[in-house]
Amino acid sequence: MRREKQRVHERQKEGKGVGWGGTTLREQFEELEENTEETDHYAGLEKLELKNEEPITYEQMFAQLRGDLVTAREVSKEVAATPIVEQEGELCYGLFTPEGDSIAVSTGIIVHVHTMSEAIKYMINHDYEESPGIEPGDIFVNNDTHVGDVHPCDIMTLIPIFHEGELVAWAGGVNHVIDAGAIGPGSMNVSQASRFGDGAYYTARKIGEDLEIYNSWKNDFPDKTRTPDFLKLDEKTRMTGCLMIRSAVNDIIDEYGIDRFKQLSREAVEDGRRGFRSRIQKTMLPGTYRGVSFVDALYEGQSNLTREYADENHIMHAPSELHVREDGSFQVSFEGANKWGWHPYNCTPAAIQGGIWVMLTQTVIPNSNVNDGAYYSCDFHLPVGSWANTQNTETAHAYAWHFLVSAWAPLWQHLSRGYFARGFWEEINAGNANTSNWLQGGGIDQFDKLHAVNSFESACEGVGARYVEDGEPHAAAIWNPEGDMGDAEVWEMTEPLPFLGRAVKPNTGGAGRRSGGAGFESMRTVKDVSRWLLYEMGNGYMTSDGGLFGGYPAASGYILNAQDTDLKERFENGDEYPQHDLDPESGTFESKIDGEITRRPEGISTPKQFDDYDMYLNYLRGGSGLGDPLERDPEDVLSDIHDGYVLPRHAKDAYAVVVDKVSEEAEHNSASHGEWEVDEAATERLREERMEERAEKAQPVSEWYEEQRDRIRNEENLIDDVKKTYESSMRMSVQFAEFYHEFWELPEDFEFELSEKAERSLENRFKSGTKRKWKNPTKGHETWLGVGRDDEPEVPYTWTAERSIRDLPTSTASFGDGIAGTATDDD
Amino acid sequence: MPESYPREHIEDLVDDNLEWNQLHNMMSDFKDADRFQKVRDVLQDRVDWDDPIIIPYADHLYVVAKSDTRWVIKCDCGHEFCEHDENWKTDALINVRDSEEEYLEIYPEDMHPHPEYMELREFFCPGCKTLLEVTNVMPGYPLVHEFEPDIETFYEEWIDEPIPAPEGQSA
Repeated sequence: MRREKQRVHERQKEGKGVGWGGTTLREQFEELEENTEETDHYAGLEKLELKNEEPITYEQMFAQLRGDLVTAREVSKEVAATPIVEQEGELCYGLFTPEGDSIAVSTGIIVHVHTMSEAIKYMINHDYEESPGIEPGDIFVNNDTHVGDVHPCDIMTLIPIFHEGELVAWAGGVNHVIDAGAIGPGSMNVSQASRFGDGAYYTARKIGEDLEIYNSWKNDFPDKTRTPDFLKLDEKTRMTGCLMIRSAVNDIIDEYGIDRFKQLSREAVEDGRRGFRSRIQKTMLPGTYRGVSFVDALYEGQSNLTREYADENHIMHAPSELHVREDGSFQVSFEGANKWGWHPYNCTPAAIQGGIWVMLTQTVIPNSNVNDGAYYSCDFHLPVGSWANTQNTETAHAYAWHFLVSAWAPLWQHLSRGYFARGFWEEINAGNANTSNWLQGGGIDQFDKLHAVNSFESACEGVGARYVEDGEPHAAAIWNPEGDMGDAEVWEMTEPLPFLGRAVKPNTGGAGRRSGGAGFESMRTVKDVSRWLLYEMGNGYMTSDGGLFGGYPAASGYILNAQDTDLKERFENGDEYPQHDLDPESGTFESKIDGEITRRPEGISTPKQFDDYDMYLNYLRGGSGLGDPLERDPEDVLSDIHDGYVLPRHAKDAYAVVVDKVSEEAEHNSASHGEWEVDEAATERLREERMEERAEKAQPVSEWYEEQRDRIRNEENLIDDVKKTYESSMRMSVQFAEFYHEFWELPEDFEFELSEKAERSLENRFKSGTKRKWKNPTKGHETWLGVGRDDEPEVPYTWTAERSIRDLPTSTASFGDGIAGTATDDD
Repeated sequence: MPESYPREHIEDLVDDNLEWNQLHNMMSDFKDADRFQKVRDVLQDRVDWDDPIIIPYADHLYVVAKSDTRWVIKCDCGHEFCEHDENWKTDALINVRDSEEEYLEIYPEDMHPHPEYMELREFFCPGCKTLLEVTNVMPGYPLVHEFEPDIETFYEEWIDEPIPAPEGQSA
């Protein structure tokens, strides 16, 4: 270590930087960007010399690096104490080029491989080489979403790796911590209006040198969380992994030589870039794919909000357009996205890019050759000022995933449409579940300590239906490919919330020829706590996961709590108590408990007081369906009933399958008691009738269009929240406004009439302006606008009936002339 | 890694006759280079009409060649919707679920979208009444044109084949 530092200092005296050949990192980064842009090959690599001339060596080196990264994760996660890391594996590692492009990644929450990449680029762009210096043995931490993260509870550790005075790579690790020190307990509080309630932000900060953490850091961060012991162990986890990677890289350099390592680090990214395009050309069709998704965030009337102006309902509007170019590269656009809001679901480019990237790794590139090469094959258009790219450091981001997972739902379908046309039907997926509910809270726990909880049972949602099979029930979360629900017993060790029951939840997966995978539910109570808070976080009034090819969307969420209950007496008397809420209409829950019961169809609540023997339903969502439900084999519907995936009454309504109960005895572990059989003749008759009903009930779209056009012109039966969302998108995007007006043939001056409150809300946010984090970006990170090639418009916005890509005036068209000035702090 | 699956295997894929382990192998393997042509040819044999399939467009729907210059979206029942670059939904039948009662046919209470915030639009083929797509959108949302394939680039640059045309004509 000392010798390494000495080499750096000697070079500094000669006026040299830590970059290759004595350049500064910034110069090296700018040169890489230029070479990439000029040649359309990463770092100007038109030939993969090492891969072509020494293919075995290339593969050996890459496989060794990849293996070392996976090993680092598997070993270091045992250091952690939280089930979030130890059970769910909310941890990942990456190895990066000096400029911050990932060369290879571990398994785990690999969304962060790209967010860490952005954090490194931020440090380079903001001259960290000069101050605080980037030297051998330095340790950096970041959780600032505007620098490179999804939300502040994902804390990353980055250490530079040097060889002979040159920076040759970065090792990085990130994990999800249990409490971010927000205004409410848990990692992703929901009651704050702005960044200042999100929790502690650490902006790409140096926290140690000579591989020793500064005392100033050791004495700082533990007091910024309710769970200092967990965070200390999380930090040791990340340090363990990073040091293992550093050691592995040094071994590889010793074995193969520094030149080969440098060459590999460049070629692997270029190889990944080419691999992505090649895979797209082999499996999809060029063209334009479109979709739209929504999700609700209802705050009107919520208690504990930090600002009066945050007391309003939000709808996320995510128009999604994918343009697959002739070279197989992607252009992804969210043009038309509405304005950010005073809620913690806003996103930064790093969040969106990382989120989409992790999705692509599980569909387009499901192999070990995953790195930032894929990123170099995707251009993103994320309108500045929208929820997808606030460019305003005042905005809150604690649970950016709520909007992010909802917004990427159509992207699954874009890919699936391409796979369908190309014949790769085994790859088709209707989408994936919105990740909710999030059970979070905290207070004084069963050990009389200040504590916070953040259940990661949500790493195990139902998965969207495939074309060739039903969706997997209670299986996965797309943001953590290795996640599962975790052992109830382990959760109970860290959460004073004993499980009363855990079961598959019926009718959560969308209906279809292939049904969406079912979600599940846990019934929890509270024990041995004081001043304890709990809250819910999920969709309620909207479902963001649409079905595909005639399949139905997944079910949306609801809230069920019971407080001031007689559960203790029931335990003492050996009486029945509720373990489930499998059928919300059944009244079973209410029949087994006395108390103040809250049952409502919303998905979000702000922190509220819970006491011993209160109850909380944790309902994890299902995936969406695929294909016409009337094409589902009636025997499969019967199995659904027996497996607890479908309630018997919905066999008839949703699938036109007639089932009869033939035995009262419960022969299956399911939501519906008894043995059932399909009445084949009655089913056949019912399905014929249903087809006739469709013909009678449905109307030609042309007729419907005229009715709807009048409805919109007259603003009939449209609530303020919906109209506010349209107005927000139209004020954000000239293109969306034109599309909306043209589609419904609206007068040029048409605007929705909003309530005074909604108007004030829009005005407040649109006037707040931008407040950028990147003060001195290199060209490639100037705005995230203008990404694209010279021979095509900046934004491929084609929400018209016309086929060709429309010419757009300028990138400012995305957000009009209204934005001016600088935001003011107000929280 | 098969360069190409036997035709029978692709027929089984199309006819939904593959076992899970076979499907799983297909997911894990490198992709076969002639899948598109094989699936297209099997589908062509399965439909009751003669218009050459240019691409499978969506479940039950195809882009077919009516002449060497005219391509339309057609259902496997024979119903023809529109030109290939238009939105087939404008020629479909529609039913909108936008009430509590209609939602409860599909979802249990409290587990469906709020009708004032989101409606389900069901699009049926006017010919066979098959449910072809369900979209979940805010009330008042325009129809979304989901897929505009670039057929020329696909055939000419990606697979280097002539675009199918009715017999006696070439595209």
